[in-house]
Amino acid sequence: MSVRTAVISEVRQVAADQKKTLPPLIDDLVLLDSGLDSLAIAVLVARLEETLGVDPFTESSDAAYPVTLGDFIRLYERAADAQGVASQHADSRV
Amino acid sequence: MNAPQTLRAWLRNTQIRESDRQEPFLWGPSGSIGLPRLAHGTCLGGRARALAGRSVLVAAADPFAAALALIELDGVARRLILCTPDLGSTHRRGVIEKAAVDAVVSDDDQDEDGVGLRIRVSAHVTDAVDPPGASRDTEWVLLTSGTTSGPKLVVHTLSSLTAAIRRAPAGAPDVVWGTFYDIRRYGGLQIFLRAVLGRHSLVVSGAREAAGRYLARLAERRVTHVSGTPSHWRRALMSPEARTIEPRYIRLSGEIADQPILNALRSFYPKARVAHAFASTEAGVGFEVDDGLEGFPASLVSASGDVAIDVNDGLLRLRSARTAIAYLGEDRTGLADADGFVDTGDVVERRGDRYYFLGRRNGTINVGGLKVYPEEIEAAINRHPAVRMSRVRGRASPITGSLVAADVVLHAPPGPDEDASFKREILQVCREQLAGHKVPATIRFVPSLDLAAAGKLARHA
Repeated sequence: MSVRTAVISEVRQVAADQKKTLPPLIDDLVLLDSGLDSLAIAVLVARLEETLGVDPFTESSDAAYPVTLGDFIRLYERAADAQGVASQHADSRV
Repeated sequence: MNAPQTLRAWLRNTQIRESDRQEPFLWGPSGSIGLPRLAHGTCLGGRARALAGRSVLVAAADPFAAALALIELDGVARRLILCTPDLGSTHRRGVIEKAAVDAVVSDDDQDEDGVGLRIRVSAHVTDAVDPPGASRDTEWVLLTSGTTSGPKLVVHTLSSLTAAIRRAPAGAPDVVWGTFYDIRRYGGLQIFLRAVLGRHSLVVSGAREAAGRYLARLAERRVTHVSGTPSHWRRALMSPEARTIEPRYIRLSGEIADQPILNALRSFYPKARVAHAFASTEAGVGFEVDDGLEGFPASLVSASGDVAIDVNDGLLRLRSARTAIAYLGEDRTGLADADGFVDTGDVVERRGDRYYFLGRRNGTINVGGLKVYPEEIEAAINRHPAVRMSRVRGRASPITGSLVAADVVLHAPPGPDEDASFKREILQVCREQLAGHKVPATIRFVPSLDLAAAGKLARHA
């Protein structure tokens, strides 16, 4: 499952849990206009840490806060890439 | 700054500048008011005298209307109870009883309180006819989220509430305040009083106003000073409208300000001074840190100044003229100790020449500025028939500071198909009984939980 698919599926799950209806999930969607409030986004970030094993906000102390869904997905794609590179690097040293 | 006698007297006695006549002073979501009208008009249809000496619940849904009522009634009422918008009807009854409320000021017509006198407050201010009566020292009562038994009622005076406010030096540039806080909470009330005493205009946020809309209103008024919790600020930075304001001063309080949010604000608003303040409803404003780093310098402890700061057994304690006077009702005990220190309940740890905040001693979780007591959530989870016991703890969140996480022990280990369905069912039970911020964000099934010596669940700050 790609990072993008994982993020989108978790967005839908959090919205369903909180009985929120989502607009079409396009990249330009402003997160705070999606029907998810900051609590829902916090839950989303916590769940993604469990499914993807990354929390891009905490891993970089200089991360900009995402405004759109596209920003949010890219944040996770970059963090997952960085982690993949790190784990490959670790493997090569074994 | 010497405490003003009353807010009204302060506004009436200060010289009104020509600019104050021109520009509105308080801006609400749907209206505004200038200084002269605020100093002399009435938002209560001229009925303030009927509230003289009474214990008044200020229960307006619109914080702008509440602000007008607070100014008109300070020095008139014996006691003003600042009702927060999230106070449910059950707890409201408890507050009315504890504070011996005998009058309600509200902006709706529903009377479910059963209190004899009810006066309507309106954001539309008219000319007052009757002269002001004798003034008294009004008690200001703030509600803090307490245990399941309801909020605690914390008594302040105008003098304790304004003790941290400094007079601006002559010739200082104009200030326009904004705060993401509701002005009925301590953090918001501090900004409201700073605006009134400094005669700075203030853009009051609406009860359920979206961050983007409020930021747009702040931009329209060219806001210079903005306060909020770290969670308010994280939400603001996720709004496209964050780019439309250019504040000179940014203040964070009410939650632990971590390094990522301080860094993000510094890079987003390079011209602003970013400061984080330690303040609580009970202990008042403690101190402000503006070196851009999380935690606070160890040199603040035992330094001389208006506030005595002490760390005892890892707990931060404060003593100053800014602390609250007492709790109202049954929990009157335990605000300050014999030496006048208020225990903040915040656990700090010294590393090198700095102290860092670790969390709350009693395990309270701060979700975006709202307090959560683990016991209440554990009780909800334990109602599920498959659950033997549970422990609720905070987990760090880069968005709301903390979130609720639950470790759950089942009577029998979950089968392969049961793991997900039990989690769903437990969440469902929680959602039916608890406010949204109290529902666990994550649930983990564990084989056992540690018990402390007294047989209680082991909790860590």
